[in-house]
Amino acid sequence: MDVFLQQVVNGLSLGAIYALIALGYTMVYGVVELINFAHGDVYTLGSFFSLAILAALGVSGELHGAALLGVVVVTVLAAMLLCGIVGVLIERLAYRRLRNAPRLAPLITAIGMSFILENVMQLWRGPSPVPFPPVIPNPGVTLGGVTVTTKEGLAIVLALGLMVALQLFIANSKLGKAMRATAQDREAAQLMGINVNTTIAATFLIGSALAGAAGFVSGVYYGTTWFFNGFQAGLKAFTAAVLGGIGNIAGAMLGGFSIGLIEAIATQYIPAGAQWSNVVVFSVLVLVLIFRPSGLLGEALPDKV
Amino acid sequence: MRAPEPAFFELRNVRCAFGGLVAVDDLSFALEQNSIVALIGPNGAGKSTVFNLITGIYRATSGTVSFGGRSLAKLGTHQIAALGIARTFQNIRLFAFMSALDNVMTGRHARMQASLADSLLHTPRQRREERRVRERARELLRFVGLERSAGDDAHNLSYGSQRRLEIARALASSPTLLLLDEPAAGMNPREKDDLIALVERIRASGVTIVLVEHDMKLVMGLCERVTVLDQGRKIAEGTPAHVRADPRVIEAYLGASDP
Repeated sequence: MDVFLQQVVNGLSLGAIYALIALGYTMVYGVVELINFAHGDVYTLGSFFSLAILAALGVSGELHGAALLGVVVVTVLAAMLLCGIVGVLIERLAYRRLRNAPRLAPLITAIGMSFILENVMQLWRGPSPVPFPPVIPNPGVTLGGVTVTTKEGLAIVLALGLMVALQLFIANSKLGKAMRATAQDREAAQLMGINVNTTIAATFLIGSALAGAAGFVSGVYYGTTWFFNGFQAGLKAFTAAVLGGIGNIAGAMLGGFSIGLIEAIATQYIPAGAQWSNVVVFSVLVLVLIFRPSGLLGEALPDKV
Repeated sequence: MRAPEPAFFELRNVRCAFGGLVAVDDLSFALEQNSIVALIGPNGAGKSTVFNLITGIYRATSGTVSFGGRSLAKLGTHQIAALGIARTFQNIRLFAFMSALDNVMTGRHARMQASLADSLLHTPRQRREERRVRERARELLRFVGLERSAGDDAHNLSYGSQRRLEIARALASSPTLLLLDEPAAGMNPREKDDLIALVERIRASGVTIVLVEHDMKLVMGLCERVTVLDQGRKIAEGTPAHVRADPRVIEAYLGASDP
């Protein structure tokens, strides 16, 4: 039982990372109906930016107390901001002109954008895994045989906090309503005086910023990062978004945590589970697409236009 | 010498063609401020195209569309909306998965000040504005008689309520020119009477209204002037009584539906 609960904790912290990435996929899909395949690489970029910021702050080892809190806050915010800017630039340069092109064109462009980012990161930090400074002290809290490390706690708390903020923002702000309106009927949204270009740019800004936060969390969590990380993590987060119902924000969160749990539990209980966990995760994708194509929380919406 | 006062709203020699198909040809008309004007004509006459031209969804191939003396040619749809032109749709286009209240609040978008940063950081300024806009949206829901449905998703409202919600959403931007595209379509006689009263109240608040409508009784009862289109061209213009007596109109339109 303890082993199972321990895997639940692992799964939730892993799922927190997937959920943060999945939000970006689902928001962009909701607003422009594009699967932004470069999104996973923006997440990797988040961990690379975090490395650079930590280096600039002169941090290379464990921190405690106020220094730890300050460094985490500064690094997360800076990584979010930088990734947000990269997301906006990607939209502006690669996708905007193709907004009314056949669906396949922006999709291929997104894959191209992904290759570009991967290669830029490879040039920047080389082809090998890069160690991430162990900023956060590892010991955690043990409750009846289950240990929650500080890193795991950070992943879960940070993800949940950002998700709550996002939900409030979407529900209660002018821009949040503009995003929902643009997602539902772009032309009618324009007629309400909504600048669709700004709204779509803001969607990329927020989605990419969340991926940036996930990049920091994953660096701390795994203690390492790699230019190619975003490929697999991106695919899993995309699976999470589809599982929850692509375009549905609560669905992306649910899907992210579910995929994390499935992966952690499969790793534990399937013989040679670590090798098989990906098979299990992507089998889930296939099964969802067959039996519930609109996802767990997705509604079968009529096609737009 | 003073230059003549520019018309409140004017279409001058407007042509709109899609490839070989000419949807609107050499169309001119002007609106006086605070008038109610109907645009009528058989199906395919180009009425909805005119609305799309005014709001910037379509661009005139030639000719000018001007509002308060200012050409709309170079403005984006959202900028035209911000100038004070709002519309409703023949086939209702509410934000179906948003509450009635949120739909109306979204209609206020162009008049809201909060910046991107205000929205993201949830500043007190943004919160105050949200509160004000929410209050105003509730007033508008009351104005169209939907105060009890504020929290319902738009797609759950009855057809007549959805039409009224579209009007409330359009009014949220405090427009000076309101375009109503077949507002009475699908309404029963009682709802139509309510609609007439509502449109008159909107006009009384100072808004200029253009109406595309098939219901002749409604048009004749509500509008001071009528412009008749057929196959993209203006074939008659004048008071309802004058238009009604025009043989070309009878041939093109009234004769066909009212033998």
